[in-house]
Amino acid sequence: MTGRGCDLHQSPAESLTSDSKHGSSMASSSSSSSAQQRLRIIAGHLQKRPEDENASVAAQECKAEAPRSEPSSATPVPRRRQEIMKWNGWGYSDSRFLFNKKGQAEFTGKRYRLSGLILPSLKDWFEGTFGANLQHRSPATPSLNLSAVAPPNLNQPFVEDLKAAGLTVSHDPEDRVFRAHGHCLHEVFALREGRIGRVPDTVVWPSCHSDVEKIVELACEHNVCLIPYGGGTSVSSALECPREESRSIVSLDTSQMSRILWIDEKNLTAHVEAGIIGQDLERQLNERGFCTGHEPDSMEFSSLGGWVATRASGMKKNIYGNIEDLVVHIKMVTPRGVIEKSCLGPRMSTGPDIHHFILGSEGTLGVVTEVTLKIRPIPEYQKYGSVVFPNFQQGVACLREVARQRCAPASIRLMDNEQFQFGYRSQFKGFDPQHLCVATLLFEGDRGKVLQHEKQVYDIAAKFGGLAAGEDNGQRGYMLTFVIAYLRDLGMDYYVIGESFETSVPWDRVLDLCRNVKERIVRECKERGVQFPPLSTSRVTQTYDAGACVYFYFAFNYRGLSDPVHVYEQVEHAAREEILANGGSLSHHHGVGKLRKEWMKESVSGVGLGMLKSVKEYVDPQNIFGNRNLL
Amino acid sequence: ICFENSMQNIVHNSDVSSESGDSTECVAEEASLILDEMAHRLQLSTVRFFVFTLSKAFKRLFRSVCVNEEGIQRLQQAVQEHPVVLLPSHRSYMDFLMMSYLLYMYDLPLPVIAAGMDFMSMKFVGEMLRMSGAFFIRRSFGGDKLYWAVFSEYVKTMLRNGYAPIEFFLEGTRSRTCKSLTPKTGLLNIVMEPFFKGELFDVNLVPVSISYERILEESLYARELLGIPKPKESTSGLLKARRVLSEDYGSMYVYFGHPVSVRSLTEGKITRSQYNLLPRCIPQKPSADTHEFLNDAAFRLVRIQEENMVLKPWVLIATLLLQNPDGMDLSSLAEQTDWLRHLALAFGAYLDWPDHEACSEVISCSLALHRHLLSVSAGHVQLSVTDAPQVESTPEEAVFHQAVVVLSCASYRNQILHVFLRPALLAVAMQSANSNRKDDVYNCFNFLRNMFSNEFILCPGDSVQDFEEACYLLMKRGVLQVLEHEIVMSASGHSTLAFLSSVLDPFLQGYQVVSRYLCEETNENLTEKEFIPAVRNFALKLILAGRLKCYEALSSDLQKNALAAFLRLKAVRKVKVGDQVTLKVNKIAVNSLEDTLGKSDVTSHQNSWCSSMAMFEIAI
Repeated sequence: MTGRGCDLHQSPAESLTSDSKHGSSMASSSSSSSAQQRLRIIAGHLQKRPEDENASVAAQECKAEAPRSEPSSATPVPRRRQEIMKWNGWGYSDSRFLFNKKGQAEFTGKRYRLSGLILPSLKDWFEGTFGANLQHRSPATPSLNLSAVAPPNLNQPFVEDLKAAGLTVSHDPEDRVFRAHGHCLHEVFALREGRIGRVPDTVVWPSCHSDVEKIVELACEHNVCLIPYGGGTSVSSALECPREESRSIVSLDTSQMSRILWIDEKNLTAHVEAGIIGQDLERQLNERGFCTGHEPDSMEFSSLGGWVATRASGMKKNIYGNIEDLVVHIKMVTPRGVIEKSCLGPRMSTGPDIHHFILGSEGTLGVVTEVTLKIRPIPEYQKYGSVVFPNFQQGVACLREVARQRCAPASIRLMDNEQFQFGYRSQFKGFDPQHLCVATLLFEGDRGKVLQHEKQVYDIAAKFGGLAAGEDNGQRGYMLTFVIAYLRDLGMDYYVIGESFETSVPWDRVLDLCRNVKERIVRECKERGVQFPPLSTSRVTQTYDAGACVYFYFAFNYRGLSDPVHVYEQVEHAAREEILANGGSLSHHHGVGKLRKEWMKESVSGVGLGMLKSVKEYVDPQNIFGNRNLL
Repeated sequence: ICFENSMQNIVHNSDVSSESGDSTECVAEEASLILDEMAHRLQLSTVRFFVFTLSKAFKRLFRSVCVNEEGIQRLQQAVQEHPVVLLPSHRSYMDFLMMSYLLYMYDLPLPVIAAGMDFMSMKFVGEMLRMSGAFFIRRSFGGDKLYWAVFSEYVKTMLRNGYAPIEFFLEGTRSRTCKSLTPKTGLLNIVMEPFFKGELFDVNLVPVSISYERILEESLYARELLGIPKPKESTSGLLKARRVLSEDYGSMYVYFGHPVSVRSLTEGKITRSQYNLLPRCIPQKPSADTHEFLNDAAFRLVRIQEENMVLKPWVLIATLLLQNPDGMDLSSLAEQTDWLRHLALAFGAYLDWPDHEACSEVISCSLALHRHLLSVSAGHVQLSVTDAPQVESTPEEAVFHQAVVVLSCASYRNQILHVFLRPALLAVAMQSANSNRKDDVYNCFNFLRNMFSNEFILCPGDSVQDFEEACYLLMKRGVLQVLEHEIVMSASGHSTLAFLSSVLDPFLQGYQVVSRYLCEETNENLTEKEFIPAVRNFALKLILAGRLKCYEALSSDLQKNALAAFLRLKAVRKVKVGDQVTLKVNKIAVNSLEDTLGKSDVTSHQNSWCSSMAMFEIAI
């Protein structure tokens, strides 16, 4: 603990048995000898499937190759995801918050740092913040009522052709329901109530690029609607089946395409199948001494293809870049054929970058099958940090200065006072607990430089009244990011609903935007009959030269409301209007989906939208990729 | 400090420096000079001294100062929530002194006030005002970009920091006629811009209606309107004004209206994202949409001021006395005042009529307070010159003396015009329309409304709404029956319609005089400057010749408004010749307008004027 005058109390999110382990850790790669490196390269070659063979590999063959003995290639996400993941909530089935018989909050399972721990002050925070009461429960429907799922509208010839091509197909209601939603509040809320809308009629699992080519070819032939499905973590209604779609809807689940096809240590690139999920990609690369450094908050579940399709952003983009900076090559199967570049050159001037038609296309043009990504050696040293500021204004001013000096750590995030009260509830001498806020930091690199860098940032912070508050406080902030989605499910058990949304905005508008949007949320809730004051908080999660990414968390107790989801949606809509009116963007990295479509024209101009539409028109005239996102 | 930053932005970003070719340092220096000239220096000690003096003065001047305390409470609430802009009506110098005094007394933050520069030349008082929170703006700085930039940044900084409410007068200047003036939108734009640009979540606009039972500047205003020039504000002038301290000015009323949220006002009307593409420190001219919105908002705010204006019985009496230049018997005055009181109340007037006093008692009180405008003898009341000079020097002077009385009295009638305006326009339209057909009547109504939109507060674009409001009020009163296609006068409606028509009569006559002058004037090079004196002369001659009885035609305010209307209707054009602006008259068009007005006039309305309106359209 480096913070002076820090008097830490229990925060709601802090465990009783909170270990005092420091955040900094030496990465194992420092032990790598040259012999081991050679071994790794050989292992890589063994695993490698030459590019040029790819085209000729038949579906059958590529499937035969799928089971591998290589220990580092972890098994992909199971086809029956519901076996390990919740069908009506976030994440793994074994991990969830609950209030035990004593009224104490617990986090179950073994996967996370918080797992198995008791969180004694969460109850007080929860009841105090939302006016919720443990006596008032709103439990979810325990299991999926299969009779609520409409029978599949099958295109028999298509299904038969798929089977003939040796592809794995399912019409199982559980499989179909699982792929009919992302994690928007309204989607999860409906599942919890056991309401099932339009779901895909078929699920198909390709194992490689050529499987996808076959599926798309057949889909065109039989005119069925394809909806690519990666990690299922969408928060833009992107996975919702369009109600007006009368064709058979096929969910194309990329989870079985999860291999690292090759690693090129000379150029520091890796060629990876797009179905791989973030944690597997990172773990497998780590085992070989590398990383992508791309860590979106959803990285446990979201997939590489999904990142490309939504223009994802990772927490450590200051070092590694966002997804558009990371990709070197993309291969996408469209109804017109395969789109890709002819070389792996790091930059080219060949007209508008065709990657940018793919990045952010949100599954409307085709399926991303393989991606060549930049990789980096695992950093030698990693260190968390935190700074408390007397108020949010000072914190933003500090982040702005850090951006001006272009010395942002791998990650720097500023939480406002409300979030501080949730995550920390600590006392800092000389700081008003009603105004203070905290920035969490993550430094990466070689040890000497990290320490130097750290000093530079803390010196800047000091100019803005910031006080270093220790590594633990920093690490806790990042740890909370991964469990916060689980927390929403807990809230929903007790009449509390909420969601987060984001934007990007020029520096000079950050404060005004945060204040106005938060106040708009409070006001809209009041006007719409929400009985309790909502939680309306913001944080700055990314810094750029010309602006920042801002996140809002918004939740309220809905007791007394007849249609809470509708109220929620109206408030979020108003909040988005407010964001746009204050110079914020429609989205920084969540994407547009169907949720924010109405603002697309306003956001990119009529001509801009027309350009995108004409691309869609050319690439997919039959609207095979008919999820109706974006346009 | 914050302000210094934005000042630097102004200096660097405004196109002033690049246009004038001056160096940035020069511009910065100039800007800081402007700032010195403008800035307020609020000092509580000065304020205390002022309050002490004022409370003495107010106690001598007024019998009572009435404030709506629930309005004060609302204001207290509003100040907590968002920055507040106070928008008082402006009838007297007393207005902003009283505002600051009241806010001080009610423990509210003292406002900073945008006051005209002319105050600054009052040496001692100017500084005192400055230290009481006034900041000074030049009356006209249309062309001076730097001045505008410094000024708007100054106001916005005060607003954003939110340490004190801003106060300014929508009407821009004191109304000499007690009619509300067409509002200005420049300052309104400045105080709304921080909201448009997202710098503030909201701004509360608080319209304040200040009315006087007797206005201190009453006869000063009348003289000014008649072309007797107003003395430049000077300290000695104010000292002379001490004489007024010995007089009785009755009661004063201050009504704090409901705060109007700029956010709700702009909802669906302003796309705030239009401000996204320019750095916010760069001054931006309001877009056409914004301008229209500002104009509309300004009119609505002034209408709120009007509606909240507390009216005394005297305004009813003044209205009746003006309609009866030969005077009235006290008994019939009492009877008609009582009738008018009920009509006014039915139309929603905010009348402060003493509860338990007999009508005659109320009237004699009012007459006593305004005895200097009246002669009362043998139960007969008449507007007249009481303190007439011993020697009646010339007939012209006699006319002017009488005109001072009439215009003074008119300033009281004008306070209630907004109550009668819409029904009165309908009444005149009914008389002049070809038929009882609703669309005929509406066309006439619309013509009149258009003609008088510089004279009265008529929200642009509200024509249909105003027409319907007038129909509704008169129908409710049993004056009219509004059928599907026709509007029919009820048997009992005649007296009300006659009264309403004569409310507008002075204006109809006055505009006719102006148009007749324009038609008869032979000078091809009539300059804008010469216009007022020339029309006044023309009207004076008509009065002396016994051809005109309407003294209000002498009012420069009416003459200016009429000219503005003719310009707007393109019957007159402005042409710039050298430094002079000359007026080019389209005599056919003016003539046709005059005809149309003449036929609306109660004295002669047999002929249809809708046909001449068609002619007018051809003429222009």
